[in-house]
Amino acid sequence: MLGKHAKLERTAIGFAIGIIIVASIGGLIEIAPLFTIDETVEEDPDMRVYTPLELAGRNIYIREGCYACHSQMIRTLQDEVERYGPYSLAVESQYDHPMLWGSKRTGPDLARLGGKYSDQWHVAHLLDPRSLVPQSVMPAYRWLARNDLDVSDMPLHLSAQKKVGVPYTDDMIANADEDAFGQANPDSEAADGFFERYGFEANARYFDGDRRKLTEMDALVAYLQSIGTLSEAASKNNEITKTIPDEGGAE
Amino acid sequence: MSKPVRDPYTGRMTTGHEWNGIIELNTPVPKLVLLFLALTFLSSVIIWLLAPAWPGLNSYTKGILGIDQRTTLEHSLEKSAIKTAQWRTDIETLSFEDISRNSALLATVRDHGERLFEDNCAMCHGPDGKGGDGYPNLVDDQWLWGGDPETIMETLRVGVNSGHDEARISQMMAYGRDGILTLEQRRAVAAFVISLSSSDHTTPEDAETLSLGAEVFEQQCVSCHGPDGRGMQSVGAPNLTDDFWIYGGDITSIDNTLRDGRQGVMPNWDERLSLADRKVLTLYIDDLAQGASQ
Repeated sequence: MLGKHAKLERTAIGFAIGIIIVASIGGLIEIAPLFTIDETVEEDPDMRVYTPLELAGRNIYIREGCYACHSQMIRTLQDEVERYGPYSLAVESQYDHPMLWGSKRTGPDLARLGGKYSDQWHVAHLLDPRSLVPQSVMPAYRWLARNDLDVSDMPLHLSAQKKVGVPYTDDMIANADEDAFGQANPDSEAADGFFERYGFEANARYFDGDRRKLTEMDALVAYLQSIGTLSEAASKNNEITKTIPDEGGAE
Repeated sequence: MSKPVRDPYTGRMTTGHEWNGIIELNTPVPKLVLLFLALTFLSSVIIWLLAPAWPGLNSYTKGILGIDQRTTLEHSLEKSAIKTAQWRTDIETLSFEDISRNSALLATVRDHGERLFEDNCAMCHGPDGKGGDGYPNLVDDQWLWGGDPETIMETLRVGVNSGHDEARISQMMAYGRDGILTLEQRRAVAAFVISLSSSDHTTPEDAETLSLGAEVFEQQCVSCHGPDGRGMQSVGAPNLTDDFWIYGGDITSIDNTLRDGRQGVMPNWDERLSLADRKVLTLYIDDLAQGASQ
């Protein structure tokens, strides 16, 4: 066997192919079966989709690199469940293309952020993080409140998401730009269509507090308030952390 | 390439490679490394047998121990729940007075409450609970919705303008934007409101402005803030005669409030925090307030 290895090492292309084959074994065995094992992704028929405004905010979240410092993945560890809430389930990310689990926490995990703070808090915090959290190292994102939100390409974003499996209807895609405006302007006529398509439970507010225009701040705050609220699977699944009185802020 | 030969100094064979007279020794991998490799492999075989490991087409090997991350987590949460069950039950069942007389429970409140407060409340109300621009002070004796423990706990549960089904609802109307008051009227009533605060809070406005302000106040403000401007806790209307201002107490800030209205939001903690946690926080806030007043 050792003799054959010496022979393989002397054949550059053969050796490279050998490395590729060996290195892919791990992936084939660990990743490929996830597509056929039922348990991989839980079912949640009641899960809602991101609204166009939330999706636009999600794109800003990606653009600004928020994922580099904030994870959206509560692991099955006691201290994480106690601090952040029920651990994350795969189904919660089924409409996340790409997923934003992140891999590093310079700031806290955001998987259960939706509804935890007020819109005003988010706006003030994004404009000047240290005004609210003195020890914060987060940069300020002042341009979000100045930049008008470009919603003209939202139908394209929705149809791209539909291609990868998010169940947007044709009606949702066709009216995505109007709905993005309507969600941030609940007193406008556009809001009627938004409520018709996304229901009255959807958050429709003047997210950035400025009624005159639709800004990137509106979109990002709408997205932040939606994180963890698309599916109730995690809190239902995690009965144990709901029923027992535990340390910290677990749900 | 030359033929492998035995090296006279080490006694090992050479590989047969030679570069400008430099010959490579064919030293085998040390036995210790091979031993560790074998042990590592063996230990993974043991773990494969004990724990969930190899995936198949529709399922995976569950392992003899039948453990997984989720059940392990449940066990550790159960364990810590048993450890804290005693004081949690005490906090849930005892009255606020009984808890404040019990020094052991009070120590738990301070310890656990500090962590809860930092995780959930300090973001808006500040680490010392003194509030800030847009967020009420929790350690003074002025309360929007009432400062007795039961009321504080209820506010924690349902929140203010929070979207909770039983949320406390409070809204300061947008007198300017909705065209109810003119700029002159707003400025006058703002000056009047400032004049309520304290005697040393002198305003540059003349008596005529103040009387116009008083008139506007009488028509528009008393229904929520009361005839004397002391607020009304049933609708969360703040006291305008003290020196604490949530949104600023200068004439421009007050005018902004009058123009665009205010609808402050306090999130609800019904789902996020357990009953014991909310009670601990209520007691912790009370403790903070006592510390601040000393």
